[in-house]
Amino acid sequence: MSEAVEKKSMIAKLSQVDRRLIYLIVLICATVPLLVGARVELSVSPPVRGLYDAVDELPPGSYVYLAADYDPGSLPEMYPMNIAFVEHMFSKDIKIIAASLWAPGPPLSQRVFDDIAPRYGKVYGEDYVNLGFKEGREAVMVSIAEDLRATFPEDYFGTPYDEIPMLEGIGNLTDMSLIVNVSAGYPGIKEWVQQVATRYGVPVGGGVTAVSGPEMYPYIQSGQLVGLLAGMKGAGEYEQILNKPGLGLAGMAAQSSVHVAVIVFIVLANVFYFIERRKRY
Amino acid sequence: MRPLTLIVSGVVLATGIFGVAAGGLNGQVFGTWVAALLTLAIFSFLYKDNPVYKMAEHIFIGVSAGYMVALEYWNVFVPNLWNPLVSGGNYILIVPFALGLLLFTRFSPRASWLSRWAIAAMVGSYAGFAVIGALQGDLIAQVRASMIPLYSARAVASVSLVENANEYIFALLGVIQNPLIIVGLLTTLIYFFFSREHRGSLGVASRIGIYFLMISFGASFGYTVMSRVSLLIGRLHFLLSDWLGIIQ
Repeated sequence: MSEAVEKKSMIAKLSQVDRRLIYLIVLICATVPLLVGARVELSVSPPVRGLYDAVDELPPGSYVYLAADYDPGSLPEMYPMNIAFVEHMFSKDIKIIAASLWAPGPPLSQRVFDDIAPRYGKVYGEDYVNLGFKEGREAVMVSIAEDLRATFPEDYFGTPYDEIPMLEGIGNLTDMSLIVNVSAGYPGIKEWVQQVATRYGVPVGGGVTAVSGPEMYPYIQSGQLVGLLAGMKGAGEYEQILNKPGLGLAGMAAQSSVHVAVIVFIVLANVFYFIERRKRY
Repeated sequence: MRPLTLIVSGVVLATGIFGVAAGGLNGQVFGTWVAALLTLAIFSFLYKDNPVYKMAEHIFIGVSAGYMVALEYWNVFVPNLWNPLVSGGNYILIVPFALGLLLFTRFSPRASWLSRWAIAAMVGSYAGFAVIGALQGDLIAQVRASMIPLYSARAVASVSLVENANEYIFALLGVIQNPLIIVGLLTTLIYFFFSREHRGSLGVASRIGIYFLMISFGASFGYTVMSRVSLLIGRLHFLLSDWLGIIQ
């Protein structure tokens, strides 16, 4: 009898555990792998491989439009992707035209260029350019597809379009070999597919936050996206192919350990629920 | 103010002053310390709601609003409207300027109806863009992509070309991809077909459709967990790397 009471109270206690204990366990699971520098080997999924191949197969001197449509709120997922894309493109001598439909995007994009361009000896205005931010969402996408100069008369630093050497002869998005979008929401990759990829025939690929990943996979199956990176895992996979470990790969060990903790919590919660229910009825 | 709040605020402030002083008072060190302390202030909500968290929340909202206003003014209003209108003599821009000004009539109850003209112009133009995009990019393309053969000889052939276990799994998934898409699409559509009672074969198909929906929701939930954990990892990485310098 006393054993049963003790057992019941223990299950009742466990089923009503203080949420702060769960936060603490999650914190430990996320912190320890970062501290010890744990690494996990990722299997590269076809959508990530598709985007890597699309960039890798471009001949040197090709132009890629890099749309940095994200903000500091999505930095942990988007920034590693942005770095990986720029690393890959610079290593292939691809010219990058960056711009953003999100107001906080251009400084983040510029930070990536400032970090990576010197290592590859790339020169601003000759190998890459940051055209800055433009308000207008889908209207701007169509405008860029029609006339890039009219949409961005000057770059992020106020230099007139015609004074930027690499933009000579570049009129609109159909002069690009590929559009790569680092997309944290709206306007983002879905709108690039709807407004530009389908209507103007320019191939589009990119990375999205993990939240919006499942919504975008149908565009892979339909061939409207050449490839897709979803969240930190996508960034990690791209870093793995590039053999340039960054936050994407570093974070995946922590990510995996937190996932294990969450799975254990879900299983335990269900076990306690069914035990409680069986006792009640 | 409770003693605990005072102690937490004091520790945060003292740590900040010490850190900035130790770091040599340069802009980057100062910025890192401000970001780190504000991160800890936000995390303090996980213990319980407190004034330090509220202060950080208010700073975030105020700075975000101010930053966006300044950014929109210098990046949108001045180069897109003011300069072309005043310096460039592009007088057609008076129309969007006037429509923009009409939006401010919302502050006056008597004149607020005028703002509907500007809103109507925005809704109309965005609806136009969205409808074309949804039809061409979503409806037609996705329906076309759903018209696929049940059996894909190319997918079956690719199984024999794989080099490792991972590729083998993806190749096998490729073989069952088309049947899964077709069955999932049809049964899910049947689940949302409410003109007949879901009994008999219609009921079975509808039930299968529910399983497909559940799997889809489960995948979305899993991705959402991954996304939120990524944000936590990003902050922890910042604290351990940029702030404390414990990891590279």
